[in-house]
Amino acid sequence: MFFTKNLASKIALLPMIIISLTVFVGCIIYSFVYSLTGSKLIPAFSYVGFKQYERLFKSRKWDVAVENIFIYGVVFTVGCLIIGFLLAVLIDQKIRGESLFRTIFLYPYAMSFVVTGLVWKWVLNPTFGLEHSMHLWGFEWFQLDWLVNRELAIYAVCIAAVWQGAGFVMVLMLAGLRGIDEDIWKSLSIEGVPKWKSYLFVILPMIRPMVVTSLVLIAAGVVKVYDLILALTSGGPGYATTTPAMYVMENFFSRANLGQAFAASIIMFLSVVCILAPWAFYEFYYRSKEAKA
Amino acid sequence: MENSVEVKKLSFNYGKVEILKNLDLNIKDGEFMVLLGPSGCGKTTLLNCIAGLLDLDEGQIWIEKDNVTWKQPKDRHIGMVFQSYALYPSMTVEKNLSFGLRMTGVEKSKIKEKINKASELLQIGGLLHRKPSQLSGGQRQRVAIGRALVRDAKVFLFDEPLSNLDAKLRAELRYEIKKLHRDLGNTMIYVTHDQIEAMTLADRIAVMKNGVIQQLDSPKKIYNKPSSLFVADFIGSPSMNFFSGTFLSENNSFSLNKTTFILNEYQFENKPNDMSEIIFGIRPEDIRLKKSSESLEFNIELIEPMGADTLIWLSLENIPFSVRLDVSSEYKLGDVINIEFDIKRASIFDKKSELRL
Amino acid sequence: MNFIIEAKRPKPNMSNIIEANGPKPKHLTIGRIGLYCFILMCALFFLMPLYVMIITSLKDMDEIRSGNLLYIPKILSLYSWPKAWSEACTGFVCEGLRPGLINSLKITIPSVIVSVSLGALNGYALAFWRFKGAYFFFGLCLFGAFIPYQVMVYPLLKIESAIGIYSSLPGIILVHTIFGMPILTLIFRNFYASLPIDLFKAARIDGGNFLKIFFYVIIPMSTPITIVAIILQVTGIWNDFLLGLIFAGRDNQPMTVQLNNIVQVDFGVAEYNVDMAATILTSIVPLAVYFLSGRWFVRGIAAGAIKG
Repeated sequence: MFFTKNLASKIALLPMIIISLTVFVGCIIYSFVYSLTGSKLIPAFSYVGFKQYERLFKSRKWDVAVENIFIYGVVFTVGCLIIGFLLAVLIDQKIRGESLFRTIFLYPYAMSFVVTGLVWKWVLNPTFGLEHSMHLWGFEWFQLDWLVNRELAIYAVCIAAVWQGAGFVMVLMLAGLRGIDEDIWKSLSIEGVPKWKSYLFVILPMIRPMVVTSLVLIAAGVVKVYDLILALTSGGPGYATTTPAMYVMENFFSRANLGQAFAASIIMFLSVVCILAPWAFYEFYYRSKEAKA
Repeated sequence: MENSVEVKKLSFNYGKVEILKNLDLNIKDGEFMVLLGPSGCGKTTLLNCIAGLLDLDEGQIWIEKDNVTWKQPKDRHIGMVFQSYALYPSMTVEKNLSFGLRMTGVEKSKIKEKINKASELLQIGGLLHRKPSQLSGGQRQRVAIGRALVRDAKVFLFDEPLSNLDAKLRAELRYEIKKLHRDLGNTMIYVTHDQIEAMTLADRIAVMKNGVIQQLDSPKKIYNKPSSLFVADFIGSPSMNFFSGTFLSENNSFSLNKTTFILNEYQFENKPNDMSEIIFGIRPEDIRLKKSSESLEFNIELIEPMGADTLIWLSLENIPFSVRLDVSSEYKLGDVINIEFDIKRASIFDKKSELRL
Repeated sequence: MNFIIEAKRPKPNMSNIIEANGPKPKHLTIGRIGLYCFILMCALFFLMPLYVMIITSLKDMDEIRSGNLLYIPKILSLYSWPKAWSEACTGFVCEGLRPGLINSLKITIPSVIVSVSLGALNGYALAFWRFKGAYFFFGLCLFGAFIPYQVMVYPLLKIESAIGIYSSLPGIILVHTIFGMPILTLIFRNFYASLPIDLFKAARIDGGNFLKIFFYVIIPMSTPITIVAIILQVTGIWNDFLLGLIFAGRDNQPMTVQLNNIVQVDFGVAEYNVDMAATILTSIVPLAVYFLSGRWFVRGIAAGAIKG
């Protein structure tokens, strides 16, 4: 009885159930199990406990990768949110050519990370790029050698990523702004509240759900960053812009160090959980609280 | 009495569409003016023009002896209550009330004083620390009014403030608004499409259609002596019965195909020409049960009990019409009854111009 | 508050002489000028890379070396385009991007069809035929959208090897179907949940079963959300690099992978004009989808962001 009821629906959802279990859950378990082994070229069950994790945390390269993902995560998320919100507010001012500007701000989002990386690699090229242009215009002091600068290369990645992703945040924020009841604006206008104060104290709190959604979607994408850096800096100069994702891929496919790669990927996964869990909790808690009120 | 709000020759276009056409309206000090009309008649546009939320195309607006045509909404001595109340959801009631004052740099002690006064008057003192989402519809409405109160508004504008509520609450809040007007004595302009609200609240009603004021009068006058077919049809529920026929000046009568009514009791404002086409309108309550030489005989075709009274449907030369009867009258479908039209309470319109005759 | 100055209207500072009448005189405020300046600067920043990409591809190498990155070409050179299309070298093979384009088409078209169909079916089952536990698996599936690919690629590679489709067209199609499933199921479910449930009840009373209702009632109503889903998937799969690199196999490498190979050559002289032409060629499909679909693309983003 239990199996035959709604049978068609169960059959239809079978692929989703199988994939959820084998790929999404199965792969995490698989990765975790083999992260406890000393696997090298092929997965082998040679239990070593948490040795791989120990090695990982002692690795200088992993340190750099974590530091980079931190810088990238903060600069990229904050940059995207601020610029995206600002662009959405600008677009919301009943300006002329609104759809043209919206198209301009969003088109980078249609481009792949590889293309984004390659374009910015060319624009930031220290010999022929923007720096060269500025020198030709007489600004000899101008320096834009970020791609070959160990300290600044990661910020070049951030610029390219913000360029690509800010439009996405703009679209979400704009949807939030357009959802604001027209009467709220009328009321603010009658009370004589200045525009910027209205946005900061009334509108921003009202579109909080959109802000949180943008934040989570962007933050969840941070950990995945791979193609962009590969195209822009290939992780260099040296390994100055390497990230956890690159570290994992390198250990999987070029260094034949599976155990280490599995351990690193599990850490990546856990960091995503750390980002998602508060949000999921907040959503759940906040919603149930709202529902009661 | 002095005029509180004067709208002079106002026109408003939306693109190429004329929404308001050369409109004049004077509202007296302390008056409760209701703008009534079907959706799309321009009543909300007119209100927004008065508030300064829309930029008009021609004409002037004066509020309290001040030409405010080019002034910002905040400088127009107005407060406004919206259909959705437009309370700021992230702030408590107290913050909602004080927000405008704080943002425009009013002294703290003064804000406190004003909030206390407003919350006392509106009896929302106990709600000051709640968020709008924790308030009932009626409480929200009061807070919205409070926001207009703390601004010391001379003129209150209401934009369909009751249409989001259920019938019971609507009646309750209607009463509250009326009491508030009695106590405050401010000028109020109130937009609605609900004729009951208009009738109960207004000192005067402006019935609008297609951007033009059709009739501006007291509720009583509008109900009893509608100036046009549109007003007659729009006001009143159940609505007025209409019969289209010919006027015969020979014996001062109105003639359908087979039936003729003598109109001696009706006071014409303009007497129509002989044989001109007219529309004869009569409200369901102005038809009486009576058996006499002049009464007509009908079969009851439909009965609609409405609680306080009963509506019965008859038809005259295939035109259905309704009669409002006391609830105590007990009739069944198919019963034969005799009725008589109260001609002096009827309304007669010219068929072409649709104006009252 | 508008951008036009209308001369015939009286100026505001004369309002004490001329009575306010008619529309408020329009004049530019400083804030408004600043607003337009700022938005124009932002637009320039966003357009600059596209502009640089296009003009660089139209210059010859001499001008690139000696000239200004931001200047339009003095001599129009079309040398780079045919080279990028059919001659540029990826490693030892010099066939340009053309094979990559064909591979990308071979990957994208079936992947989009399979993943969108499955997403629609999942969304339909979840919205109308809920059974106990269905939402648990749906939650699990959504959770999958947030797992970094790096955690899944290797085990998935093992699974595909075991089935024998690793490094092949079916292999990469399966991978795209798997990774597209969470978002597609979500947007279809949300769309179907917003349809009037009475419609479904009426169809059931008329005797429709699971598949009949899906084909005759639901699918005909799904056009808008299907367009959104297709746009989402076409751009997503076309722009994919990592999955194509690992799962497609040497013979089926998509355009993005070949582009990266062309540009990142370790030997020979870098030809920036060819690189840029190749970059433009690779982004033509997603950009065309974006510019042609405009509003739908935006709707796709918004739909994807709606929380489940």
